[in-house]
Amino acid sequence: MTTYQEFIQQNEDRDGVRFSWNLWPSSRLEATRLVVPVSCLFTPLKERPDLPPVQYEPVLCSRANCKAVLNPLCQVDFRAKVWACNFCFQRNPFPPSYAGISEVNQPAELMPQFSTIEYIVQRGPQTPLIFLYVVDTCLEEEDLQALKGSLQMSLSLLPPNALVGLITFGRMVQVHELSCEGIAKSYVFRGTKDLTSKQIQEMLGLMKPAATGPQGRPVAPQDAAASCRFLQPIHRVDMNLTDLLGELQRDPWPVPQGKRPLRSTGVALSVAVGLLEGTFPNTGARVMLFVGGPPTQGPGMVVGDELKIPIRSWHDIQKDNARHLKKATKFYEALGNRSAANGHSIDIYACALDQTGLLEMKCLSNLTGGHIVMGDSFNTSLFTQTFQGVFSKDHNGDFRMAFGGVLEIKTSRELKVCGAIGPCVSLNSKGPYVSENEMGIGGTNQWKMCSLTPSSTLGIYLEVVNQHNAPIPQGGRGAIQFVTQYQHSNTQKRIRVTTITRNWADAQSQIQHIESSFDQEAAAVLMARLGVFRAESEEGPDVLRWLDRQLIRLFMFHLRRSPFLQVFNNSPDESSYYRHHFTRQDLTQSLIMIQPILYSYSFHGPPEPVLLDSSSILPDRILLMDTFFQLVIYNGETIAQWQKAGYQEMPEYQNFKQLLKAPQDDANDILETRFPMPRYINTEHGGSQARFLLSKVNPSQTHNNLYAWGQESGAPILTDDVSLQVFMDHLKKLAVSSSA
Amino acid sequence: MSQQGYVAAPPYSQAPPGMGGYQVGYAAGPAQPLYGHLGGAPHPFSAPAAGTHTSTKSAQVVVWNKHSFVFCFLRNIFNSSCLALPGQFGGMMPGPQAGMQGGFPGAMAGPPQKKLDPDAIPSTTQVIEDDKAKNGGQVYCTNIRGQVPPLVTTDFTVQDQGNASPRFIRCTTYTLPCTAELAKQCQVPLAAVVKPLANLPKNEAPLYAVNHGETGPIRCNRCKAYMCPYMQFIDGGRRYQCTFCNCVNEVPVFYFQHLDHMGRRVDFYERPELSLGSYEFVATLDYCKNNKPPNPPAFIFMIDVSYNNIKSGLVKLICDELKTLLEKLPREEGADCSAVKVGFVTYDKVLHFYNVKSALAQPQMMVVSDTTEMFVPLLDGFLVSYQDSKPVICNLLDQIPTMFADTAESETVFAPVIQAGVEAFKAAECSGKLFIFQSLMPTAEAPGKLKNRDDKKLVNTDKEKTLFQPQKGVYEQLCKDCVVQGCCVDLFLFPNQYLDLATMADVPSHTGGSVYKYNNFQMETDGEHFLADLRKSVQKHIGFDAIMRVRTSTGFRATDFFGAIHMNNTTDVEMAAVDCDKAVTVEFKHDDALSEESGALIQCALLYTNISGQRRLRVHNLSLNCSSQLSELYKSCETDSLINFFAKSAYRAILNQPLKNVREILVNQTAHMLACYRKNCASPSAASQLILPDAMKVFPVYMNSLMKTAPLVGSTELSTDDRAHQRLAVMAMGVEDTQLLLYPRLIPLHNMDVDSEVAPAPVRCSEERLTDSGLFLLENGHSMFLWIGQAASPDLIQGIFNLPSLAHFQGLMSTLPDVDNPLSKKVRAIIRDLQNKRPNSMKLQIVRQKDKPEMLFRQLLVEDKGLHGGASYVDFLCYVHREIRQLLT
Repeated sequence: MTTYQEFIQQNEDRDGVRFSWNLWPSSRLEATRLVVPVSCLFTPLKERPDLPPVQYEPVLCSRANCKAVLNPLCQVDFRAKVWACNFCFQRNPFPPSYAGISEVNQPAELMPQFSTIEYIVQRGPQTPLIFLYVVDTCLEEEDLQALKGSLQMSLSLLPPNALVGLITFGRMVQVHELSCEGIAKSYVFRGTKDLTSKQIQEMLGLMKPAATGPQGRPVAPQDAAASCRFLQPIHRVDMNLTDLLGELQRDPWPVPQGKRPLRSTGVALSVAVGLLEGTFPNTGARVMLFVGGPPTQGPGMVVGDELKIPIRSWHDIQKDNARHLKKATKFYEALGNRSAANGHSIDIYACALDQTGLLEMKCLSNLTGGHIVMGDSFNTSLFTQTFQGVFSKDHNGDFRMAFGGVLEIKTSRELKVCGAIGPCVSLNSKGPYVSENEMGIGGTNQWKMCSLTPSSTLGIYLEVVNQHNAPIPQGGRGAIQFVTQYQHSNTQKRIRVTTITRNWADAQSQIQHIESSFDQEAAAVLMARLGVFRAESEEGPDVLRWLDRQLIRLFMFHLRRSPFLQVFNNSPDESSYYRHHFTRQDLTQSLIMIQPILYSYSFHGPPEPVLLDSSSILPDRILLMDTFFQLVIYNGETIAQWQKAGYQEMPEYQNFKQLLKAPQDDANDILETRFPMPRYINTEHGGSQARFLLSKVNPSQTHNNLYAWGQESGAPILTDDVSLQVFMDHLKKLAVSSSA
Repeated sequence: MSQQGYVAAPPYSQAPPGMGGYQVGYAAGPAQPLYGHLGGAPHPFSAPAAGTHTSTKSAQVVVWNKHSFVFCFLRNIFNSSCLALPGQFGGMMPGPQAGMQGGFPGAMAGPPQKKLDPDAIPSTTQVIEDDKAKNGGQVYCTNIRGQVPPLVTTDFTVQDQGNASPRFIRCTTYTLPCTAELAKQCQVPLAAVVKPLANLPKNEAPLYAVNHGETGPIRCNRCKAYMCPYMQFIDGGRRYQCTFCNCVNEVPVFYFQHLDHMGRRVDFYERPELSLGSYEFVATLDYCKNNKPPNPPAFIFMIDVSYNNIKSGLVKLICDELKTLLEKLPREEGADCSAVKVGFVTYDKVLHFYNVKSALAQPQMMVVSDTTEMFVPLLDGFLVSYQDSKPVICNLLDQIPTMFADTAESETVFAPVIQAGVEAFKAAECSGKLFIFQSLMPTAEAPGKLKNRDDKKLVNTDKEKTLFQPQKGVYEQLCKDCVVQGCCVDLFLFPNQYLDLATMADVPSHTGGSVYKYNNFQMETDGEHFLADLRKSVQKHIGFDAIMRVRTSTGFRATDFFGAIHMNNTTDVEMAAVDCDKAVTVEFKHDDALSEESGALIQCALLYTNISGQRRLRVHNLSLNCSSQLSELYKSCETDSLINFFAKSAYRAILNQPLKNVREILVNQTAHMLACYRKNCASPSAASQLILPDAMKVFPVYMNSLMKTAPLVGSTELSTDDRAHQRLAVMAMGVEDTQLLLYPRLIPLHNMDVDSEVAPAPVRCSEERLTDSGLFLLENGHSMFLWIGQAASPDLIQGIFNLPSLAHFQGLMSTLPDVDNPLSKKVRAIIRDLQNKRPNSMKLQIVRQKDKPEMLFRQLLVEDKGLHGGASYVDFLCYVHREIRQLLT
């Protein structure tokens, strides 16, 4: 018998799923009492190098509103060649191709180890991937050069048949035609005018005017040749595009003193979405937006061009002082929804020292499964390496990205789906599996993920609907089937099916079993996602209060302090950025985000994880902190002094050199795998950058608890935040009083 | 044609009533005409025409006296028998009557007995030749007030001695009547035709540029007149009295100079502004837009690349030509290269802008499809110096024809094209000129979309004026935008059908631009003709973002302005650009009495940006005499200027009034001016005598010719666009151009002396002057015809056309072959010389006698009866005479 720990791990490795409870309370009443809902983190495209896809199509239950996929949990009558659906109990005959089926000759999908299986569907035309670069030209020269370099480099990473397009914008928006020889041709749009998709397509010459049809017959949807002018196979336009990028100039319009450059991000995106909508609807496409500042004119404007009026802060938003916020958000949401409906995803690569309007624009990526990357400059390794990371390839040499994903969840009848939280939009598929109780994006059992990566993880929230008075027989099992259809980066259409099952348990008689099946980590992340989801739509304090009312565990101390819920000291853009990543990373990464990891390196022994506490900050230690977004190496006071004295250069202190090197090596390992690239900070005691560490650790010693002063252990943190000790004391008191 | 003189059978029997003739006289007492300088006052001579009648003439005697051209008929010319037809032209003519429509009513009364000898009536060519003989080659000094200059047709040299050269300003009369009553009595319009940037011949000194430093030009404090030779220095030179408003001003310290014993400043001859009639000031920042020095102007070439223009080869023609033409952009005297920036746009339904920055390896094209709100998609690299960007521009010009070779687009926009130009200039903060090459009416969905509104049914109705009126709205606003930005539009049209020229030419005709029109453009026959126009248009001397102000001494003032101009208020003449051929006609009215002693002064100041981007103030001063004697006035009239004024005022009037009224007014005023002369200035003589002032003796022929021009003649056979085109072209013309247009040169080539340096003297514009064996060249500044008589000798044909006989002549020949003989060389030299002299290039059309195209040629024989209506010279003269007699009785 394996431990729960091993069971959970095994399940995660195989199916990419982590449940909050691994035994399910058998009635609605009991489930509600448990506070943390039955829910799971599901990684639809978890990398499974050991799982070769099968080359045939899945066998579906014939009941119209079920269509569940044949899976290892189905009962099979080999003689009658029929199988019973484990969700609706419909008996289905096997298709003719399964005629040879027998106990010894079973298809893969019936074997228990294939609880997750991937099918390759041969149907339909294979459309190449589409990459549409939308590039801000209101950048500093240095930034633009770096960005141009990155973009040119990226061309070499694309598969040769991929279609590429280029839109540049500043005061105006230019759609570049890529196929012309001898002259560089582009279509230009005014940056201040909101155009409908139809107008955009007309202006780009993508449709013939309706009037030309003699009998008013509908116009041909699109002229393939015409669309090709803007989206060309990379192998054909590689040279052209490289030159074009090379000749890109900064926006030539003068920017007067005291003004921001006029940046028509809104129109540029609108044109990009309109272009794809008209030419390649329902095809995997990435709009990659590169911006170096906030939109300052036209639809989607976030801030005016007057420099004396700063971009909105949380303070302004709370005071309802953010003039453009609502309008811009509405604009981008509409755009995001349109894009999502067409299956195109939008990435935002925002590199600027000030805010760039991510708060307003985040929905573009959140709704379409696009990436958001935030950095200080395009001329940093943070950007260049992250951008390269987008094009990283798996062991098969395929991109770690998939398009047009549709996730459908089927449950056994005791369960219903409340909702999902992650980079998805609802497909509004009402059905027997859908609960009325919404959590996250609910009211559906199907969601669309325009783009997803192997690490894209959704939080799925379920509800036990079985009534207390209708007990489930002992040994009964509930099942959930996740069906993910998507376009693989090699343009194949694939379907991945994961079917999982868990035992029902009576909460009254088996409460300790249920308790032991609790997955603390998964629950923390799932609850945190709920919190973040609420924080996005509700006022901050309300969310904290809601969270406080829910079950509070150790993690919650850090979650409450995290930038996902606290906006203090974060710009609206930063909050949006952090939340964006929190709602899509897998469990491990999410945990790091909630409670950063702190490693200590010293001469006293091998590297060890230490408490995220101010007491861990000691003079003779090197600390490595990973918050997911930042990677901080902190040299303690003594270490720093030694380093300044140059001991590491002396042959007799080789060990010191190695000590210095050890955390750097570990950091490099993280840097290589992490997407997006974390901000890498190398600091020391008293260094200004040390604030990144100090703001994260539990302030067990502050300037307030004077007894700590002068003690050898740790470093005091100058903060009024409560320490974990205080928090826990308070919590204990509350727990006792509330239960009373 | 008619060998019976003006008594011919009715030529336009199919024409509707009231057309062509003047039978519906003013006697009908129509509402007071709205237009003109009649001032709305009741017509002093508007008594109903009694039954007097010209009927038969037997002979004429021409008598010369000092000031008048007396032209009298024998007593029996106007015999009482004519009275038998009262009410014939009383305006109550019952229905159309044959014979009443073409000629004059009197013509039908009785059979002709004797013919009027055409040689006996005043001859324009004679007048021109006489003036040439008298003044040709002479130096004309402008030191005398009220001096009448030689005719525009005479070559002479001007020496500026205090008054502006007649090349810059010509007046209808150089002696103004002292009082408004006198002016009203004589009805002679008081006007000046100002051509501020007129070209000067090589032997005349260019204008001096005066720089008064940071303070800017010295001006009168009250009326703001500029320092000029008429200012009176007093108080030992410390102060000066402005002769325009009589205000006494302090002389600025830096400008002080002592006076000599004559009361003249010692530095009189050192300062152009004290001794010359015309000079320029260097303008200071106060005279610049936004107080910023202007940028050099720019030329934008905007080429319609829709199907028609590609197919006709026009696009390629333009692109090829530009490669050489751009080398010859206009530049400041002595400058190494032109400061003018150039830009390129092509368009059909959408606009394509080109980035031709010198740093680029290849040009970039930027398409703007949003024509509802036009904008310029680029800043840097659109307007460039040709010298810097030559390789990129040539690359572009090579590519344009092939890029659109497969186009099927047959719709274009127009207003957005102009708008784009304005926006480009706005963005570049400069002024400039757009060269637009368009072949179609703009029908694509965009602002300024036009539809066919040509309706021949409107001709000769009260609504005929709508054919000349531009469509309101978009184009009206565009005019204003253009003028504000100093954006001049030159429009080259290549139509195959009606394209609403009245509207399309609205912007060019308000921005100092020109409209060139090539009907049914054919590369072989019209290509060179068009290119010659384009070259002239690009290279001509031009000023931008101009504003002109005409100041006068007290007692009279400028009240009305005619030209390719825009007026926002009543005094400032705004011109997006003004070139060396554009003239503004200014009408003056009395405010008060003028004194004979001090005369009348005119100062015309033009503020403009020159071709290298410098702001300049050009000042032209002219002093006129004043007299309380009408005879003095008539003596110093100038027919050529008068007719320029009449043409412009009539052409403007047809926008608001029926053509019929306008024609009536013209005749009435002619009669009135002459009657007034007869009454007040001529010595008593028989009533049968027609007495014309010497200075106006050929006035009737011009007036008659004017009334026969396409805009003023109501004929459905004329294209509406052509009429509108001519109407607009005349509005900007100077005296030389209107003179030539209204009295074309008919040069006999068959019997000239091939060794002579000069061209043969023109003969009168009448078919009677043609000979069957002759060869004639006819030109009016817009068309040029080579007429070959039926019986022209084969030698002549061989010598010039290199063809054995007329029968071998086929197709349209637009240039003469290069034949090596003195005659051919001489003919070609004459043609070349004329082409060079005229502002426009003229397409040479070769017509054979009795061939169909001869009609076009005959239209220009202005002494004959008009093909589309209008009387012959003789008929008109008789009619005017009768009118005069009526006025006098």
